[in-house]
Amino acid sequence: MSQTIKTAQSNYTGPVVVDPLTRIEGHLRVEVEVANGKIKEARTCGTLFRGLETILRGRDPRDAQHFTQRTCGVCTFTHALASTRALEDAIKKPIPANATYIRNLVLGMLFLHDHLVHFYHLHALDFVDVTAALQADPEKAAKIATSISNRKVKADDYRAVQAKLKAFVDSGQLGPFTNAYFLGGHPAYQLEPEVNLIATADYLQALRIQVESARAMAVFGAKNPHVQFMVGGGVTNYEALTPERIKEFRDLYKKSREFIEQCYIPDLLAVAGAYKNWASIGGTRNFMTFGEFPAAGGERDLDSRWLKPGIIYNRKINELQKFEPAKIQEHVRHSWYEGDKAHVPYEGETKPAFTKMGDKDRYSWLKAPRYDNHAVETGPLAQVLVSYAQGDKTIKPLVDLVLKKLGVGPEALFSTLGRTAARGIETLAIAQQMEHWLNEYEANIGKGDKKIVEDYDAPKNARGVGFVNAPRGGLSHWLVTDENAKISNFQLVVPTTWNLGPRDAQNVPGAAEEALVGTPIADPKRPVEILRTIHSFDPCIACAVHVIDGQTNEVHKFRVL
Amino acid sequence: MRIAVGLGKNSGEERLEKQGITRRDFMKFCTAVAVTMGMGPAFAGNVAAALTGRRPSVVYLHMAECTGCSEALLRTYKPFIDALILDTISLDYHETIMAAAGDAAEDALNQAVDGPDGFICVVEGAVPTALNGKYGYVAGHTMFDICKRILPKAKAVVCMGTCACFGGVQAAKPNPTAAKGINDCFADLGVKAINIAGCPPNPLNLVGALVAFLNGDKIELDELGRPTLFFGQSVHDLCERRKFFEEGKLAPSFNSQEARDGWCLYDLGCKGPQTYNNCPKVLFNETNWPVRAGHPCIGCSEPDFWDSMTPFYQS
Repeated sequence: MSQTIKTAQSNYTGPVVVDPLTRIEGHLRVEVEVANGKIKEARTCGTLFRGLETILRGRDPRDAQHFTQRTCGVCTFTHALASTRALEDAIKKPIPANATYIRNLVLGMLFLHDHLVHFYHLHALDFVDVTAALQADPEKAAKIATSISNRKVKADDYRAVQAKLKAFVDSGQLGPFTNAYFLGGHPAYQLEPEVNLIATADYLQALRIQVESARAMAVFGAKNPHVQFMVGGGVTNYEALTPERIKEFRDLYKKSREFIEQCYIPDLLAVAGAYKNWASIGGTRNFMTFGEFPAAGGERDLDSRWLKPGIIYNRKINELQKFEPAKIQEHVRHSWYEGDKAHVPYEGETKPAFTKMGDKDRYSWLKAPRYDNHAVETGPLAQVLVSYAQGDKTIKPLVDLVLKKLGVGPEALFSTLGRTAARGIETLAIAQQMEHWLNEYEANIGKGDKKIVEDYDAPKNARGVGFVNAPRGGLSHWLVTDENAKISNFQLVVPTTWNLGPRDAQNVPGAAEEALVGTPIADPKRPVEILRTIHSFDPCIACAVHVIDGQTNEVHKFRVL
Repeated sequence: MRIAVGLGKNSGEERLEKQGITRRDFMKFCTAVAVTMGMGPAFAGNVAAALTGRRPSVVYLHMAECTGCSEALLRTYKPFIDALILDTISLDYHETIMAAAGDAAEDALNQAVDGPDGFICVVEGAVPTALNGKYGYVAGHTMFDICKRILPKAKAVVCMGTCACFGGVQAAKPNPTAAKGINDCFADLGVKAINIAGCPPNPLNLVGALVAFLNGDKIELDELGRPTLFFGQSVHDLCERRKFFEEGKLAPSFNSQEARDGWCLYDLGCKGPQTYNNCPKVLFNETNWPVRAGHPCIGCSEPDFWDSMTPFYQS
């Protein structure tokens, strides 16, 4: 692959604020201090508070999945699944094998959908200059595209994209590209015009493919976003057992997989190959993943999962640690809540105390979860590192292949580029594995197993936790019920609080805050480098800003107004 | 006022063809929109006409929300979302997909809002009003202040989803942030938003409403501000399982032969009778809807459904 390009850098010293930080879910503000062209210090601030946990208190725990799913319409289904698993954990009874198959297939499609939308529509514009695609030679672009994958694309296809793009640019109405950082050229954009063109063409194509990936979720899940096909005890969609629905799902899945194999992964490698300087920028040290995709009959068993849970400290992938749920705590010392103490989620305590926007001491509605007092990164990179360390037979060969194609060593994974590459690796691994699950599911039905749900009542005086490895990382819901089988406490500890949360009581920055330090900034007025690293975490702020006390329900004490 | 499906000097149809959309596909879409609007296939010509003029500016604001409505919009088909946002409208501000960030995004917003041709404003999410609006900020402004500044200037305001319409999930009891819907907040400023309810709404209902507005048609609204074209009938009346209800065939539990046989879900808590929406007719993602997937309707296009329709699994 190509040589590493020297990273563009200014000699700017001073603050940079990005608000709103767009192309994410939700409302995020990022404040950094730059010293001589490099980020010295960063603060990530969630700027919206919704209070869903308070709202859940006193309600029927079977309803929780519908409320929590509305924490986020992008990671749709993952919250419904975490709440349902928490409920099933509180009930402590099994669910039918088919229910796990169906849930796994829907979750698999979510990963495929979510990751490809993230790459093209939320992240790519940090690396791809859409307008530069106009300068590309379509013949050369077609040659490159067909050399990096077996897709069938011709120079004329790229000419058509250029014509469309030119008409769009000439109209003067740039719509979603208005004021893009790359307009008029930007020193930190490093792709040759032909790769810009390939990626732009696929950006447009991906907008259509994602409609079908989401449709696959709806085939079993009723609709997307916000599926509606699950209850504590299983799933409700008897149609999912029919050959017609399975075929419909399989066809849509195959289309998505084909796009992933022929476009997403090759495009990712082509873009990454030109940005190898980003293989040493934006890394963190500690990683946590819950693993995912339980074996049929083992919905609540973390160890039965296809991808395994695990913890890595200080990048020591040879010293993998076991994941222990009791080691999770949440801090609020630098968040807009009263108090300094950390709590385990079952005993979460939160009293909102907004100070002001731009405060440097308390500066976010996000809490700061910690694992065994460590700030950890969660998400595709954490899962890929853990699976790589375990020598997982699907993940390890894919990682080795990607590293070889890019001509870099495993240390390159600890970076913004590594995070983005890991998301692609995770997508491809799941895409490949889903075929096996579909076959197993069909075979199970073929054996005469038509059961999809057990009837269970809501449990009294019970506790349960549901762990989901969502596309953005480790998600957990913590449920406590009272003597009337109503919710007495409900806490959500979500991937984006792990990744984008603020400092903890020991003043240790969150994962993204850590990752931003040392990042070069070429143009402080157009700080695309901040977007690159923040987007590489794929933040979902709505998920992260739901938090409020489930025990005292206290919402009225405010220090500064 | 008209919207365009392209940009150059050629006719709309030629431009569509350049985008890879055949006349047949385009008319199919127009028919789908017309049927969704309850106008019958003959109305497709009017829809097509509405889509062959200029590209109007659309500003899409996010308040207290989950982005599920934006995701729903991305699932629109025929025209696919790329044709909609690149050729039909000029989506000048939408935080989830816009390239610009920070000050550059703010500038894009101001350019659109102050543009000479005006803009249509679509709002997703409720407005937090407690604590003087300080529970929700974008670019250093409270969400309340952003709406107050922008909505009265819009040619039309469309609420995308139950949160913007009626407050939604964050407004469920005890409504910790005093979240409210747009009409509830800003009626005194002369804002009269069209409510496309649903959690999320069907994207065809939004597209249909935009087309009707741009076509200059009168949009009849119910007392909750929802177009009667989409929200005029109850889910129950349109439900494919209604015959079971009429026959008293009600599934007693999810794990029952009756549930397997597709009986009515009323006793399992279905809120179809109290809910006005076109889900059974239009379907989600062109393929399915909750009752077909064996799950009761939760009433998501009705105000306060998080309180008035819960517990969801009780009739």
